Amino acid sequence: MSLLTPNPGLIFWMLVVFLLVVFILAKFAWKPIINGLKDRENEIQGALDLAERTKAEMVKLKSDNEKLIAEANAVRDRILRDAKEAAERTIAESKNTASVEAQKIIDSARETIRTEQQVAVSKIRKEVATLSLEIAEKVLHRELKDKESQQALIAELASSARLN
Amino acid sequence: MYTHFRLLITTALVAATCFFSAPANADEPAQKEHNQVAEGINKAEHEIEHNLEKAEEEFNVGKMIMHHIADSHEWEFTHGVSIPLPIILYSEDRGLEIFSSSKFHNEHHEYNGYHLVHGDAETIVPVDESRVVYDFSITKNVASMMLSAIILVLVFTSIAKAYQKNKGKAPKGFQSAMEVIILFIRDDVVKPNVGPKYEKYLPYLLTLFFFLLLNNILGLLPGGANLTGNIAVTMTLAVLTFIVTHLRANKHYFKHLVKPDGVPIPLLLIMIPVEIVGVFMKPFSLMVRLFANMTAGHIILLSLFGLIFIFQSFMVAPIISLFALFLNFIEIMVAFIQAFIFTLLSSMYIGSAIEEHSHADHGH
Repeated sequence: MSLLTPNPGLIFWMLVVFLLVVFILAKFAWKPIINGLKDRENEIQGALDLAERTKAEMVKLKSDNEKLIAEANAVRDRILRDAKEAAERTIAESKNTASVEAQKIIDSARETIRTEQQVAVSKIRKEVATLSLEIAEKVLHRELKDKESQQALIAELASSARLN
Repeated sequence: MYTHFRLLITTALVAATCFFSAPANADEPAQKEHNQVAEGINKAEHEIEHNLEKAEEEFNVGKMIMHHIADSHEWEFTHGVSIPLPIILYSEDRGLEIFSSSKFHNEHHEYNGYHLVHGDAETIVPVDESRVVYDFSITKNVASMMLSAIILVLVFTSIAKAYQKNKGKAPKGFQSAMEVIILFIRDDVVKPNVGPKYEKYLPYLLTLFFFLLLNNILGLLPGGANLTGNIAVTMTLAVLTFIVTHLRANKHYFKHLVKPDGVPIPLLLIMIPVEIVGVFMKPFSLMVRLFANMTAGHIILLSLFGLIFIFQSFMVAPIISLFALFLNFIEIMVAFIQAFIFTLLSSMYIGSAIEEHSHADHGH
């Protein structure tokens, strides 16, 4: 039965040693260990939270970037469109101006041609008149160089005048 | 289930050993009752010695097992190789007496008026029967306990230093090996069972677990002391758990004992004694479970080795050794399981006493 009867001396030492161990470990081991574990857990949790926040920020940044790109694209499109329009307008204007100028040039050319023509015609008329007078003079000179021809002519003219 | 089975075997074995060895120490209680003179003790002791010697010659397995399981005043590694330990005695007339246990190494095992009586366990009896002597000797168990205390303090303070050194960093080496166990005890044993105020109890429960684990394993080593299989040790731990449980027990807990909710008045006559017995049954079961498991393990192992000497044949030895090897592995497992169960049940008892409102569990 000695197995089942607790020995008072052993109980005494057990109490002393075990309580000492509890006290020493609680103060010098468990406190720093548990605190260290807790600190590390907090740190890990903090890091995880930070990663989560960063991820959210990244998503936001990405959407911002997309917005920026879309805006830039829109601006570029508008600029291109404007440029195209401007070019088209310029071309149309140039075309207009050119045709007006051409018309003007053509008109002035026509005017010049008409005036030249008139001048030429009047010159030709004068020439023709002069030439006719000279011819008539020459003819007259030749027809009226003798007496008989002059009389013939007068007669002819008189006959014709009486008829009218 | 396993525990119950082990308990049964232990009880049977203990009963058997006590029964078979009854003639050897039957005189002991008789001595005390009749208050015989020193001559009588000497005679009885010689008889016991004689029986012991005879038993040693004949090889009595029960004796051998009891000798290995019981406490001793010297640390014996093998026959004849032992370290003498200090003997500390206190008596009112002589005060404190400290001397080495090697002083008893003489023919009569007698020194300075004291006898070292080899029964199942060694006891120191004064030659003068009228004197009352308290034995506070550093026995094998106490020495082993102190050794384990030193190991625990050294190991865990060094781990604590490691935590302070690489603060917030991943654990390294031995620190990470222990961290797994510490976290297991904290997160899976203490936290869910004790409840939100678990941090106050964590130092006690962690120390309890590692103290039991280390001593269970030290007890398995050849020459190791069967400390956690000693009823004084398990009783002290169970009583400490009982005190820690009731230190901060709230009024729900006490009300539940005296007047459980929803129980008809006539039933209270049965319920109240059952509940009150239950309060003391809890530490008692803690005490017996650990004691029985560890002692049973040692008894089984020693019985197996005893078979070799009973058969006195080299042919049995390999088979027995294989069996013993297998059982040793089981014992290592039991060392962990028992430390775990003691801690788990302690935290459950503490948790049930400090629970905020105990309406949830009526099923126990």
